[in-house]
Amino acid sequence: MTAPDIVLRAEGITKIYGGTVALDNVDFNVYRGKVNVLIGENGAGKSTLMKIIAGAETATRGRLLLEGQPVQFKSPREAARAGIGIIYQELNLFPNLSVAENIFLDQEALGRHGILVDRRRQQAEARRLLQRLEQPLDPQELVGHLRLGQQQIVEIAKALARDVRILIMDEPTSALTTAEVEILFRVIRELKAQGVSIIYISHKLEELLRIGDYVTVLRDSHRIAEAPVSAIDVNWLVEQMIGRSVSETYVHQERTPGQELLRVEHLRLPRPGGGLLLDDISFQVRAGEIVALYGLLGAGRTELLECLMGLHPEASGSLWIAGQRLRGRHVSERIAEGLVLVPEDRQREGLVPTLSVAQNIVLASLRRYLSGPVLSRKKELAAVRRLMGELGIKAPSPQTLIEALSGGNQQKVVVARGLLTEPRVMLLDEPTRGIDIGAKADLFRLMNRLASEGLGILFVSSELREVMSVADRILVLARGRLTGEFRREEASEEALVAAASAGQEPATAATRDEQAAHSPVQSGAADPVDRQTQAPAPAASASEERRHQTRPRA
Amino acid sequence: MRFVALIILVVIFSILSPDFLTLNDLTIVAEHVSINALLAIGQSFVILTAGIDLSVGSIVGLTAMVAGYLISQGLPLPMFGVVVYFNAWVVILIGLLVGIVLGLVNGLVITRLSVAPFIATLGMLYAARGLALLTSNGATFPDLGGDPSLGNTGFPFLGTGNILGVPMPIWLMILFGLVASFVASRTPFGRQVYAIGGNERAAQLSGIRVNRVKLLVYVISGFCAAMTGLVIASQLQAAQPATGESYELNAIAAVVLGGTSLFGGRGTILGSIIGAFVSTALLPQGADHDHDSRR
Ligand SMILES: Nc1ncnc2c1ncn2[C@@H]1O[C@H](COP(=O)(O)OP(=O)(O)OP(=O)(O)O)[C@@H](O)[C@H]1O
Ligand SMILES: [Mg+2]
Repeated sequence: MTAPDIVLRAEGITKIYGGTVALDNVDFNVYRGKVNVLIGENGAGKSTLMKIIAGAETATRGRLLLEGQPVQFKSPREAARAGIGIIYQELNLFPNLSVAENIFLDQEALGRHGILVDRRRQQAEARRLLQRLEQPLDPQELVGHLRLGQQQIVEIAKALARDVRILIMDEPTSALTTAEVEILFRVIRELKAQGVSIIYISHKLEELLRIGDYVTVLRDSHRIAEAPVSAIDVNWLVEQMIGRSVSETYVHQERTPGQELLRVEHLRLPRPGGGLLLDDISFQVRAGEIVALYGLLGAGRTELLECLMGLHPEASGSLWIAGQRLRGRHVSERIAEGLVLVPEDRQREGLVPTLSVAQNIVLASLRRYLSGPVLSRKKELAAVRRLMGELGIKAPSPQTLIEALSGGNQQKVVVARGLLTEPRVMLLDEPTRGIDIGAKADLFRLMNRLASEGLGILFVSSELREVMSVADRILVLARGRLTGEFRREEASEEALVAAASAGQEPATAATRDEQAAHSPVQSGAADPVDRQTQAPAPAASASEERRHQTRPRA
Repeated sequence: MRFVALIILVVIFSILSPDFLTLNDLTIVAEHVSINALLAIGQSFVILTAGIDLSVGSIVGLTAMVAGYLISQGLPLPMFGVVVYFNAWVVILIGLLVGIVLGLVNGLVITRLSVAPFIATLGMLYAARGLALLTSNGATFPDLGGDPSLGNTGFPFLGTGNILGVPMPIWLMILFGLVASFVASRTPFGRQVYAIGGNERAAQLSGIRVNRVKLLVYVISGFCAAMTGLVIASQLQAAQPATGESYELNAIAAVVLGGTSLFGGRGTILGSIIGAFVSTALLPQGADHDHDSRR
């Protein structure tokens, strides 16, 4: 029954959580030495299936066949012993331990007597792994001090440190920028060459077409289709996933921006060890304008948004909203003044895991839902229901604990909380992280609607397409400095990438080549090696057309 | 469900525990419980924010001693050459103020100086106990009935009086329990307490004034401890410096047994009150502690 090239097969897997059917009689094949893509909307059951394969959950019904033999994993440890590794969607690192300690957790390199941990060896080994991922992180750094994208790299390094024959990657690139995605793809190709079978989950469809060999689609807990990637295209994926075709994901609506809403002048943020994290940043956002902030990992984009929210008292510079100088020092004052931040790292900064969906949504605007001194459940629920509908948040009920939601739906809850404060300027840090293509389209449509209602929107994104097609204006940040500003019509992928890597090193010919190699236009759209014969994604051609002149700002 | 299990536990332990068989008068049991419950109610707010208050036992002691001092010695004002005696209500107010101030100090040390709650309140445990000893140089203030000629009678009512046949401490437990439950579950402050315990950073980013909420939480705990100190001094009609020693452990036990997570964010006030019943039944010193101080 099991074809020889299938290393692992899940048969008739059903998983029921309380009243929720997360998986319904799902079959899933993992082909040996291939990249097996799993795709589906938020809450379709992808992560649940992966947890079952990795031994973190047990299926209500169904079985797993490893090399044709039925296996049952009672714990992730047993699955690991069988050679199955997993990078969880919600990162699974210990913030109080160092990078090296996290990487070697549970398989510490021991010293001569087999009792003490050989730290030096671990650090050297960790450094080697990080080099392979081209991330110059200090192995002794505490993971809690790292940005989300860097943590994701550590999580990948952790999986690489283990000897695996099947590696599950549940949205490994959700916090990575284009350049790091390229590095990961190189590593994936190396792993494939070593015979490792990969299971790959992502909502970035172009990415899937580039790296995937086989694709399996889940919809509403059912397996809908399986196909070799060479036979399909983006439209097929979207149709299978959602059940209809999405006319346009990256919506943009023509608007004439109004008056200046947010003005930032000479913003400076000192780096703890000396130097500057943000160096003399000045810009404005106008009413009805969507501005994107693009840059590489560690460019200071998140810090910039945090400064605007008053989270860095050590920052200097001045802020105005609608001509009013902001003096408030605390987040609550900034919220009252009309700013709100949707943070990047939903686990660490967004969600309160002990509260329900509804309680998480109203958390930043409790004052609006009072009757007398008391929180009015009725008012709360009415507002929450409205937003859940507007954003399509899939949850059994508003009272469900937030942890029972799928990753993408948790993300929407954080966005909903920001919306409920009725801001004048909304700051979104990677708002589409982990949400499916339908939800992405919804979110962009919502951003457009808010902008036409006169809001100013400043959003951080690492996805070039998103940046180029949704924003009216793009600011590029590199090493804490604004290195480029482009109007929508002027922006091109090369110009953005060049501006984002400006000031990294003195621009020698060599580094310029390297940047070019990381640019998706170069290595993506027309790479015959890993892009098998297939219909070109509509996105690629669209972005091709948009390449015009540029105006880097030095 | 959890509460049902707890109540069954209470019943079983009540039957099994020799302490309970000797204390066959249920109202006496309830008085023991109510003292622990008052402390547990305050402690609940602290633990819900993922903090801890180790100083409550000492605040109990200091408040009792301050009340004892004011009733038996009055407040001497040497510059005017007089001694002022307050009426019982004013004594109670001053006692509560002591708890509020000490809670405020705890909160300020924790939020302004970023000292871990365990360490800050451990410091207060020693400091407040030291102050309690200083008020009398270690002696006991007996006879807190007051003197009609000085106009400071009526203090014993708090601990030994009753309304409709129900002892005052039980009324206090019910009152504090209802108010605290309401605050925790229905007000923005309560929601903020839960949010901070669940994820402090997310709470901060949502505009919650984390330091202010934390400060308040320690004030509430200090206030409840002061109330407890007054009740005990009033019950015994005496105040001794050792009053309330190790009560913090009973209170914490009650909170945790009542289902509140020491990591914060999860738990209820009702749970803590039930936990106070259970811990009074389970822990021998829980049932005994009042005997010690009655001696
Ligand atoms: N621990 C849990 N308790 C209850 N329900 C759960 C639990 N974990 C997942 N679910 C439910 O199972 C369904 C599938 O969730 P899953 O996390 O597998 O989705 P997903 O496909 O990974 O989505 P996403 O793309 O958003 O990550 C969802 O409806 C979710 O609410
Ligand atoms: Mg998932």
